[in-house]
Amino acid sequence: MRAHIAGADLMGAATILDEGEIRRGVTRIAHEILERNHGAGGVVLVGIAARGDDLARRLAAEVERIEGAAVPVGVLDITFYRDDIGMRAEAPEVHETRIDFDINGRTVVLVDDVLFTGRTIRAALDALVDFGRPTAIQLAVLVDRGHRELPIRADYVGKNVPTRMDEIVRVALKEVDGEDAVVVEEPGGTP
Amino acid sequence: MNKHLLSIHDVTAEDIVRVLDTAESFREVGTRVIKKVPALRGRTVVNLFYENSTRTRISFELAAKRLSADVINFTTSGTSVAKGESLKDTALTLQAMGADAIVIRHSSSGSPFTLTKWVRGSVLNAGDGTHEHPTQALLDLYTMRDKLGRLEGLRVAIVGDVLHSRVARSLSFALVKMGAEVTLVGPPTLIPPDAPAWGVEVSYDIGGVLPKLDVCYMLRVQRERQRQQYFPSVREYARLFGLTRDRVAALPEGSLIMHPGPMNRGVEIDSDVADLPRAVMEEQVTNGIAIRMSLLYLLLGGRAEGVGTDE
Repeated sequence: MRAHIAGADLMGAATILDEGEIRRGVTRIAHEILERNHGAGGVVLVGIAARGDDLARRLAAEVERIEGAAVPVGVLDITFYRDDIGMRAEAPEVHETRIDFDINGRTVVLVDDVLFTGRTIRAALDALVDFGRPTAIQLAVLVDRGHRELPIRADYVGKNVPTRMDEIVRVALKEVDGEDAVVVEEPGGTP
Repeated sequence: MNKHLLSIHDVTAEDIVRVLDTAESFREVGTRVIKKVPALRGRTVVNLFYENSTRTRISFELAAKRLSADVINFTTSGTSVAKGESLKDTALTLQAMGADAIVIRHSSSGSPFTLTKWVRGSVLNAGDGTHEHPTQALLDLYTMRDKLGRLEGLRVAIVGDVLHSRVARSLSFALVKMGAEVTLVGPPTLIPPDAPAWGVEVSYDIGGVLPKLDVCYMLRVQRERQRQQYFPSVREYARLFGLTRDRVAALPEGSLIMHPGPMNRGVEIDSDVADLPRAVMEEQVTNGIAIRMSLLYLLLGGRAEGVGTDE
């Protein structure tokens, strides 16, 4: 899933969120999380690798700036919970999982970059309950591109973007890609 | 990755890095309250042990169970093997039952390779004769990398009965592959004559080797070798090659003491030396589960080729 978007604009890709819009989206979601949960008490953030964890850290920084309260941030790799293991030629690559805090009785805000079929979130929910029994699990995504294949919805959305099933939505973040942008590409465009 | 793991020669240096990196994630799973992930749900792993080895068998069993695979333990006493069934017929039976992977321990070198000719699933060598024990080598590499931060350039001595040790062979091949410097230490009768061809050094003097080591890896002395006259007495062996308190003092600070287990305390390693913080045998055991989970995941996590599916 890691991809570079350098040169994407040359290939006719459309930028749907630029750096400023991503920043403002993150700030708004941070406000909404605080509003919905009446503050930061009992809230923990868990980002789905890769990029969801970077977004979770940005959200935590925003929450701390607004509320003056530090919220724990974890990273979750959902590879072992995927529903397509054994259907691909090779075993999917595994990333780090690190949740150093107790999620029992907390409100877990799952954070991911793009919400698409919902299968990643389904896997993440299964993974999370192996760590404990949170009071509630909420979902924050930077982009909701539609085409759900499971009954899953996001609680906090940076931007809703109508897409065709075969289009490719790429999220670039400074932490991994050196720049902030979300672009939609035609299939078979940038490799 | 190759479909089977029969020997360290089956894996490249990149494969080894991948196995160790993936094991990192599985070690995290081992720290959870629920130490289980659904990655290999519906897959069947058979432990086929022709030699007793409780430690290795349990480690593989736990690894497969933590991946949610179904595990069948097939030991040879009191089974069809005791009634005279051949390896081939046992293999065909397991094949017919739909085994996706067979973990085999056998006293004959090369039997895992032979097994691959009769089964469609993956074969993992859990120790064959005096040939290889690749999963032990990989868990040892993981432990070294975890504790010391690297493998390249590490100076490792493997001390003891190298001649009969599949652990020593696999570990030497793997360490050399990863750019470590290996010295085999033991009495001349227990050092294989072809050792220089492995890309390792040989020494008959443990005292001269210790001061420049990152890892001192002690092998188990099999007492029956004394009856075969490879060395004059267990006591003499312990005095010449045992890792004593005095010898440990010569090891550089921060270096590790390792042993594949089971240990003979007082023979190849003094009892109080085995209990030092730098002796990481328990970590080796814990890491063994993560490494075996990693291998089972990487070998079986791809497209199913077992019974009932078209290749």
